[in-house]
Amino acid sequence: MITLENLTKVFPGPGGGADVVALDDISLHIEPGEIHGIVGRSGAGKSTLIRCLTGLEKPTSGSVTIGGTAVSGLEGKQLRAARRKIGMVFQHANLLDSRTAAQNIAHPLQIAGTPKAEIKRRVAELVKLVGLEGREDNYPAQLSGGQIQRVGIARGLAVNPEVLLCDEPTSALDPGTTRQILDLIRSLRDRFGITVIFITHEMAVVREICDHVSLLEHGQLVQTGSLLEVASDPSGRLAQELIPLPPAPTGLNARVVNLDYGDSTSLRTTEDLIAFANTHGAEASLVAGTIETISGVQVGRIQLALRNSSGRPVSDEGLAGFIAACEAEDVLAEEVDAR
Amino acid sequence: MNKLSEWFSDPVFTSTTVNSSLWINTWLTIYMTLWTMILTVLIGVPLGVLLFETRRSRSALARRLNAVVGFIVNVLRSFPFVILIIALIPLTSAIMGRATGPDAAIVSLTIASVPFLARLVEAALRDLPAGKIEAVAMMGASRMQIIRQVLIAEAMPGLIAAITTTTIAVIGYTAMAGTVGAGGLGDLAFRRGYQNYNSLVMVATVVVLVVIVILVQVIGDWLARRVDHRARS
Repeated sequence: MITLENLTKVFPGPGGGADVVALDDISLHIEPGEIHGIVGRSGAGKSTLIRCLTGLEKPTSGSVTIGGTAVSGLEGKQLRAARRKIGMVFQHANLLDSRTAAQNIAHPLQIAGTPKAEIKRRVAELVKLVGLEGREDNYPAQLSGGQIQRVGIARGLAVNPEVLLCDEPTSALDPGTTRQILDLIRSLRDRFGITVIFITHEMAVVREICDHVSLLEHGQLVQTGSLLEVASDPSGRLAQELIPLPPAPTGLNARVVNLDYGDSTSLRTTEDLIAFANTHGAEASLVAGTIETISGVQVGRIQLALRNSSGRPVSDEGLAGFIAACEAEDVLAEEVDAR
Repeated sequence: MNKLSEWFSDPVFTSTTVNSSLWINTWLTIYMTLWTMILTVLIGVPLGVLLFETRRSRSALARRLNAVVGFIVNVLRSFPFVILIIALIPLTSAIMGRATGPDAAIVSLTIASVPFLARLVEAALRDLPAGKIEAVAMMGASRMQIIRQVLIAEAMPGLIAAITTTTIAVIGYTAMAGTVGAGGLGDLAFRRGYQNYNSLVMVATVVVLVVIVILVQVIGDWLARRVDHRARS
């Protein structure tokens, strides 16, 4: 649905200084119906990427293709026509204060020259879809943050786009409202097969909604893959972000190991790992951990305290044996200094 | 009581025909202000939009246009109005066929107030969040659609405030239109009031001016409130 090929964007440096590479040779393919998260810190190039997707910025080199149309090569009228096929949802919704909810939703249709009767019918449909019945004639100032974002989403969907670009749409919302908005976006994908690009810096949101995720850093695509792939690859950067490592504990009088599991076929849960440690001559207890279930598969980073049968810390040989056994089962194990 | 009717027996207050009639001059001030403002809004608002749109344009030609128009606007705004009105006499005669009278004054009044309003319009547009303009651009809106549906519509409360401020400035300028024999309240206050030591006439004209200015401000504020749907902070 969306293909980026060697996309590069360079801005001239401020005050004639060194050029700023905002996007560095990014190639990415996004399938129809996918919810693709793009994560990265501020300044990583996420906004520039969105601006290239909508033709607001021209790539320095490389291309952007959406639904078979090379957006990056379009100008003027053709570019405006291409934009009318892309829905866009913003962090602060960017509704016009001078228009009611219904008039804001109608705006893209008006721009596309849709007949009045058709606009009326479609707006009524969209209002119902996003659950804003009875709020049509309210101005944005009279709506809550969640309602404003619903109007923003309805407006993004007005032209029946095949692609919905979401630029941090939940970053300004409270957790409850965030969940509602995410549920709405997912149900839209499930019902209409719309392709969603979801830009965010919140890992919790990525775990909640994305099928695929890409990490941008300093304009480069550092990692990309399905959520399960990246989360269960403990050496990857995204796993560290998605499933953060617990801090090292102190005063345990035990040897402590960090275990990353997720792509192991035999050790699939925390219970499995504890039982596995016990069969290797150690009394294991769980001291900390982050456990997520992604696409039905448990993925986690846990810390186990290991003692021998007399309650003393396990010996060097015992620990080395356990670590080797874990690695043989595709579990990444590493001792943590716990003193 | 007799004293009061004696005071107001001056033809300034009783006559509606003599040149120095308060009523005729009130009308002249309103007449000049109204026409000036109609022309100023018609020219000044588009000029303000032009200044805003060309300021950071990608096109070098547009940026050059901005520099030229901006320079002219700055020059016109630097002129003391009383000097501008004299400097413009040749232009006024060419346009109106005469250099004196209220209609002639409207030409110089408009030329003085257009740059004033244009800068205020430009400032009101600059206050709009860039995200709103980009959001509508991303919907595939044309330049004209963005100007009408975003810039003008969203900045409307600010534009009305700018027009109100300009109207009050123009009422002040009309006082100097007397220089070209246009009459009006300011001229009456100056000639009959100040120069003839007639405090009553001076005070009366100032009172009428104050009433007009307050009315303009009240109406302007009311209109701005009516079109303002932003959250009250």
